[in-house]
Amino acid sequence: MIDLNSKLSAIDVPVEWVGLREVCETTTTRMIRDGNPEYNDSSTTHGVMVEVLKNGQIAYYGTKNLSAKGISDAAKKAAKLAELSAPYAAHRFDSDVRPPYDGNYRSPYKKDRKSIDAGELNELLLKCNRELKISDKIVSASSLCVIVESDHHFISSNGSDISQEFLLLEFDLRATAQDGNNMQTRTFGGMRGNCFQIGLEYFDELEMLAHANRIGEQALELLTAEECPNESTDLILASDQMMLQIHESIGHAIEVDRILGDERNYAGWSFVNLEDFGTLRYGSSIMNVTFDPTVSNQFASYGYDDGGLKADKQFLIKDGILVRGLGGMESQIRSGVPGVANFRASSWNRAPIDRMANINLEPGDCTFDELVGSVERGVYMESNRSWSIDDYRNKFQFGCEYAKLIENGKFTQTLKNPNYRGISNSFWNNLKKVGDKSTFGVYGTPNCGKGEPNQVIRVGHASPVCLFNNVDIFGGA
Amino acid sequence: MRDLFNKCTENLFNSLTDGEILKVTFYGEDSQFIRINNAKIRQSGYVEDADITVTLIKDSKTCSRTFTITNNKEDNQNISLNVLNEMRSEVRQLPKDKYIVEPQKTGSTEDVSHCDLLPHDEVIDALLPVMQGVDLVGIWASGRMYRGSANSLGLNHWFETDSYSLDYSLVTPNHQMVKGTFSGREWNQKKYEDYINNSKKKSELLNRKPVKVSPGEYRVWFEPAAVSDFIGMFSWNGLSEASIQQGCSGFGKMRSSNELLSPKFTLVEDFGSGLVPRFNSEGEVAPESLVLINDGKLKNTMVSSRTAAEYGLNSNMAENGEYLRSPRMEKGTLSHQEVLTSVDNGLFISNVHYLNWSDNPSGRITGLTRYACFQIENGEITSPIQTMRFDDTFYRFFGNELEAVGKNSYMIPDVSTYFRRSMGVMDCPGILVNSFTLTL
Repeated sequence: MIDLNSKLSAIDVPVEWVGLREVCETTTTRMIRDGNPEYNDSSTTHGVMVEVLKNGQIAYYGTKNLSAKGISDAAKKAAKLAELSAPYAAHRFDSDVRPPYDGNYRSPYKKDRKSIDAGELNELLLKCNRELKISDKIVSASSLCVIVESDHHFISSNGSDISQEFLLLEFDLRATAQDGNNMQTRTFGGMRGNCFQIGLEYFDELEMLAHANRIGEQALELLTAEECPNESTDLILASDQMMLQIHESIGHAIEVDRILGDERNYAGWSFVNLEDFGTLRYGSSIMNVTFDPTVSNQFASYGYDDGGLKADKQFLIKDGILVRGLGGMESQIRSGVPGVANFRASSWNRAPIDRMANINLEPGDCTFDELVGSVERGVYMESNRSWSIDDYRNKFQFGCEYAKLIENGKFTQTLKNPNYRGISNSFWNNLKKVGDKSTFGVYGTPNCGKGEPNQVIRVGHASPVCLFNNVDIFGGA
Repeated sequence: MRDLFNKCTENLFNSLTDGEILKVTFYGEDSQFIRINNAKIRQSGYVEDADITVTLIKDSKTCSRTFTITNNKEDNQNISLNVLNEMRSEVRQLPKDKYIVEPQKTGSTEDVSHCDLLPHDEVIDALLPVMQGVDLVGIWASGRMYRGSANSLGLNHWFETDSYSLDYSLVTPNHQMVKGTFSGREWNQKKYEDYINNSKKKSELLNRKPVKVSPGEYRVWFEPAAVSDFIGMFSWNGLSEASIQQGCSGFGKMRSSNELLSPKFTLVEDFGSGLVPRFNSEGEVAPESLVLINDGKLKNTMVSSRTAAEYGLNSNMAENGEYLRSPRMEKGTLSHQEVLTSVDNGLFISNVHYLNWSDNPSGRITGLTRYACFQIENGEITSPIQTMRFDDTFYRFFGNELEAVGKNSYMIPDVSTYFRRSMGVMDCPGILVNSFTLTL
């Protein structure tokens, strides 16, 4: 990291506010596929986002030029652009939009990236790979590990000074079984959902190998499974699918910048309106959803957002009622809606926008056995493999990797190609039972896309297993 | 930028010892972005970014490093030499890679196009006035982009181009939208204003109240933008040879069971437009034209040199991800004037949204209608429709249900900006489908 304070001192531009956000992030990807190393790559991006406020308009310059002159020139060009933009400003801000904070955050971990070397990690991934390939019908097996070290430093002309250090880890196992045109893939949590803020203490070899063996067995099992039936029935979703359900039909829908229309040309709008906060019955009364960047080890925990706002836990949906939006300080000022510290950017080369962080469904009081036992006929689904929702976040269709038919309160057979579809608001109002803490699973995704210019960001979602009534389910082909 | 790239590669190549081979790729951009909401400026800024990826091969082992290059040649030299030493240490620990793509000295190319872009300081006054009075939301991106590739055997490719795009949606008071993308290399103010004014006229069609259509089967005309999104799915577990070999492609049935698409469907990877560099990140130059599907028959897949080495095939110099870089769908015979009467009763779908494989081996894709989509009755547009979900297989809508292909094709630029501005472009016509399945 560079001496950012000296760079800020060197900026001599007549503006109302200036902020510098330095990011240095190294992503190391190692992957074994079918017994052969596929990737041993490491990628570092390092730069500074310069933001200035002039004539009520914020403009930015993301630069790889880390010299004092480079950053100072960037501030001048940003100031000029702010000046040109101001007559057409969507909203006029003052420096209250970037309140000053002083603090730091560090991911919780015991073993750092260098505690296991490249050779040892390749060996572990190779062992997992062998364990996945339990049959000749497993036509492809891969084991993947991604380690991210991300250092952020944000300072501003009104006194912010925030340092944050993240260590993040993604681990995935994947087996594809094939018999003619029948192809089935099983993964470790679906969509690379198995990701955390944690150190390399995560790698317990025996546990990893047991997961690999199960994934290989289940991929094979799916080849002879029955198709998921087409019917309207009870649906139990595992935590690794609840992750996606929360993400698409709650998280994106209540982003305030989206409701204000910023995303209408890309990700879309929302069925939620500004006046719905405090009144809209989003789901049944057992639905409680939080924005919680304080959960230890969850993927998108942090101390401060990229506008420098201190982050804390807040209820977004309380007893089924929408109470708060996913809006950072800019959106809170623009909309008047209560928000959270979620103004985030994918890196130094993008401006912050409203993003999810950890959006979690709080646990209820049913054990897993009670949930399954309460279903006369229904289906249990695990691990997302397909996702699609409309631009108002209404009509969704999701597919999973693996399912079980439930008859008279018991699992009776495995089902392949399970899909379901619905409309967000009515779906969540059909939430009938919420699992307890013993069913609570913590997941995330490294690949949430949004914004113009486009940004991919890491989010976390934790949830218990949940039961929904009257859901349209269907199979493949 | 080229000077920074050349200095960096020169230093790296001069530092190599016996048995070491290096490949280097370069991405760079100097871009202006202006984000617009309700014809006002929501966010505006610049991004100046460049990175280099260095791949070391030694003793049948390989690893790579990517790093941001600064404007300081000395800093770059120090970073790149540190990176090389790190890789030397790491590569010794790694297992052998059976499918390493050994680089070749296949020649060098240079393609530099500097165009007449709007000066950055003039952009706002050129763009915003004609938008006033309507609800326009979107993104302006412009500036220079750079791609480079070199290896220690002497290959050196460089591609540098200027471009701009305004990708936008024009929103009516009843929340219907018209999509537009004004893009190019040479700025023309009159053409720009005509384009926006034309979108305004189109939006008047959307003032009628949208009707709800029921799930079921419909005759549908898909505009080229919608067709390009369907073809875009072929870059994701589609025409990749590795995907087919690894059981993750809907095209497996065309290979193993000789399934066919419609004889009206032909798809070619075609670099004739010159808008996309022909060299890939290995520095290999793809053929100018490669027929993938000819009259409904699978002729070629995208084969990278790594996949070729693994499965004993010939490479067609596809990029490592085996995605389409410059696809072109062949035109047909249906003229624009004949579209509505040919549909007679059905739907006119301008754009589709959020596509995903719902059953990949069967080629089934789900997604939604978006923007200006209409009901057609007795050969005339009667009203916009509410958003509908579809779920259908390309073996039907590019197969036995494909009734006609449009006579005119359109260049659809890839305006995505994940990590960096994209260069891709797709050339395709609209299609008339006899039966298409809406589900929700």
